[in-house]
Amino acid sequence: MIVAEQKPIEEIIEMLKDFDRILVAGCNECVTVCEAGGKKEVGILASALRMYFGNQGKKVRIDEVTLERQCDHEYLEEIRSNIDQYDAVLSLACGVGVQFMAEKYFSTPVLPGVNTCFMGVTEERGVWSERCQGCGQCILGMTAGICPISRCAKRLLNGPCGGATKGKSEINKDLDCAWQLIVDRLKEMGKLDTYETLMPIKDWSTERAGGPRKIIREDVRL
Amino acid sequence: MSEKTPSRLEKILRAGHLAVTSECGPPRGSDPEKITRKAEMIRDYVDAINITDNQTSVTRLCSLAACIHLKGMGLEPVLQMVTRDRNRIALQSDILGAASHDIHNILCLSGDHQLFGDCARGQNVFDLDSMQLIQTVRRMRDEGKFLGGDDIDRPPRMFVGAAANPFADPFEIRVPRLAKKIAAGAEFIQTQCIYNLDKFELWLKQARDRGLHEKVHILAGVTPFKSAGMAKYMKNRVPGMDVPDEVVKRMSGVPKEKQAQEGIDICVETILRLKEVEGISGFHVMAIEWEEKVPEIVERAGLYPRPDPG
Repeated sequence: MIVAEQKPIEEIIEMLKDFDRILVAGCNECVTVCEAGGKKEVGILASALRMYFGNQGKKVRIDEVTLERQCDHEYLEEIRSNIDQYDAVLSLACGVGVQFMAEKYFSTPVLPGVNTCFMGVTEERGVWSERCQGCGQCILGMTAGICPISRCAKRLLNGPCGGATKGKSEINKDLDCAWQLIVDRLKEMGKLDTYETLMPIKDWSTERAGGPRKIIREDVRL
Repeated sequence: MSEKTPSRLEKILRAGHLAVTSECGPPRGSDPEKITRKAEMIRDYVDAINITDNQTSVTRLCSLAACIHLKGMGLEPVLQMVTRDRNRIALQSDILGAASHDIHNILCLSGDHQLFGDCARGQNVFDLDSMQLIQTVRRMRDEGKFLGGDDIDRPPRMFVGAAANPFADPFEIRVPRLAKKIAAGAEFIQTQCIYNLDKFELWLKQARDRGLHEKVHILAGVTPFKSAGMAKYMKNRVPGMDVPDEVVKRMSGVPKEKQAQEGIDICVETILRLKEVEGISGFHVMAIEWEEKVPEIVERAGLYPRPDPG
């Protein structure tokens, strides 16, 4: 999933302070699972904002909505009939949802209520960590199912570097060294000898480096 | 094996001499004297001088410019190059720049993460890793080709080195990793500072068992402690460093004013022990901001005078 975390309330207030009619829009997908921008968080944030502006003596209308997804036309269309009632939308979706909403409702300010962080997993309730950076050319088949691009701080394809200590990364004692994990798993699978295969220089053109990416599938287009 | 480059370091190693290299860190400013003064202190005691490339990710005068200053003094620089800060365009470009000044040695590194330095909020590059940089230099030199496939006019003639840390984890991958660097094209290796000699000798034995010492010249890295505090710091704070308790104890066991001498003694003893070990081709003496001690270390270790490779 895409993992996000809510922006500090002070930052949100600063963005919203000049608006009188605000729609707080959650998303029922990733940000719900990572407890940053689902229906529950929309309710809590909207209440906090009402309380804050109320205490300031400012009359502000704050409504709530949580869409099934903010990255699909059909769900974003659900608010078309009443979007004009608002001076601004605070979207708690990931950066993808915020942008798609802004594209669709061209004259309405759409503001981000979360910081979108990474593609990752729920390690346990309240703990999320990164697993993928969408490089566009998956190498997990060669790295024992553990991604050195997203999980090694130096993205080393032929690691581990000389800074790895006791299985942890040189940048953080709490961060597993990705290459330690790879080596452990290669060993477990009886394939440690494959470590010595040199990983070729990577083609980064399918990654961010190659510019904004787009996939067009003629076979599934309508 | 015949020489592939005009490198003095390569000549000495191929002639079977124990080589001695040292390193100088460039200054945090633009005063060239800071680098030439350090180099002057050690010039007759080493065969080549590494110039670090923004080590520990602290911004400094660039390695290439410092190497050019050394070259101007008639010394033999080893250009350290990390992949942290440059993409493949900049790496190849700087290699050509160095080659245009007839810099004949390069040490290929990935580099410390920028979080350790003065630009912790900066981007990193890591377009290539250290092994791929080794491959890149070898391709540029041996095939005369850019990574993109085009021909290079006057290809670089560099003796290609890499680092090895026998003490980092996981240990069982450390000799395979050396083999991998050799397969990538490394011709000499400079190791991490050695304090745990037993572990180092075990690593070297495993390398010998695979015949790796015959495929690459291994220069053992040594760094004298200036104080017990430095020993403790290196033990506890420097990633990938293995300083055994007894070494810290030995440093702490002498009065403060004698600790520096004790650090030099340990360093000399390390070299004397490792000189006798099969598979060691030389020593890389990293006297960090203590270059004036290099002559004493080299002399006491019986490595002076340096050979003239002709």
